[in-house]
Amino acid sequence: MSGVGSTEPQGHAGLAGVSRTKAERAQQLLSLADDELILGWRDSEWTGIAPTLEEDVAFSSIAQNEIGHARALYELAAVELGTDADALAFDRAPDDYRCAPLVELHLLEWAHTIARRYLYEEADRVRIEALMRSDDTELAGLAAKIDREETYHRLHAELWAARLRDEPRFRSAVEELWPYALGVLEPELRPELARRVGLEVVPAQERGAHTPELAELWDEMTEVRRSIPGAQW
Amino acid sequence: MIFEVFRQEKKGQAFAHAGSVEAPDAAFADAWAREQYGRRGESEALWLVPRTSIHAITEWADEFDLKYRRVDGYSIKSRLAEARERASAKSSGA
Repeated sequence: MSGVGSTEPQGHAGLAGVSRTKAERAQQLLSLADDELILGWRDSEWTGIAPTLEEDVAFSSIAQNEIGHARALYELAAVELGTDADALAFDRAPDDYRCAPLVELHLLEWAHTIARRYLYEEADRVRIEALMRSDDTELAGLAAKIDREETYHRLHAELWAARLRDEPRFRSAVEELWPYALGVLEPELRPELARRVGLEVVPAQERGAHTPELAELWDEMTEVRRSIPGAQW
Repeated sequence: MIFEVFRQEKKGQAFAHAGSVEAPDAAFADAWAREQYGRRGESEALWLVPRTSIHAITEWADEFDLKYRRVDGYSIKSRLAEARERASAKSSGA
């Protein structure tokens, strides 16, 4: 493996380590959940304005599915952290979110949006496959469940990628977003993603630092929740 | 391309026309129809048929007024009632 800084001794992305502490497990779950929530939110911004009516319905439906995956992951994390899924989704400060910069970007153009959807699906597939082999049987089970739904997301993303492959706007969007896509994965999984997408591993836009776009999204996403603290909706 | 979508709600039921999907090819029609007609588990199966594959019949020749071939306007209500009466009279009289 020639991954950037792949120093993890265990094979499964540092995801499956049996010696993981509860806090480490919670952080891992939050990374996964935050990716799904924030991308679901971003993609739902296309509801009503996607290129065709059919794509509008499909894209919105996929966005909702991602938010559903986020909820299931937050519920696992909530048990670990003694809280609930809504509190994890909405009550943390923007800097406490663990999502990758890829999902935060506010993309107002379809070529970039579909390039992100495609790259995210490919990265997520590599990650889910690793999780399904994980020693964490609860998370492995959830990953398998998520994987069954992702099959249709991939079908959709790969159709678009195949159709737009020779479009310069799409190609440049993929290249522009590539370092961000690598940042979705732990370093040891990146060569596999590069192989599947047909690009070289380059320095990644790493998880941890946030883009300014996240704070804007957070402001809008949590507005109702913050308007009446503690209310049940 | 426009695909007409036929939906089967439960196993064994007849497929009914549900609407259509406009897509560049069959693969996109597949992806979009799944989301549009099946995302809530409301369909057991879908049939996607290119609209151009449908042979439609909308013209009917009726030059010679073939009404006499139809049974409407020929009332059998009163004759049915009579028959029922006869039958009940027979069974009660026996």
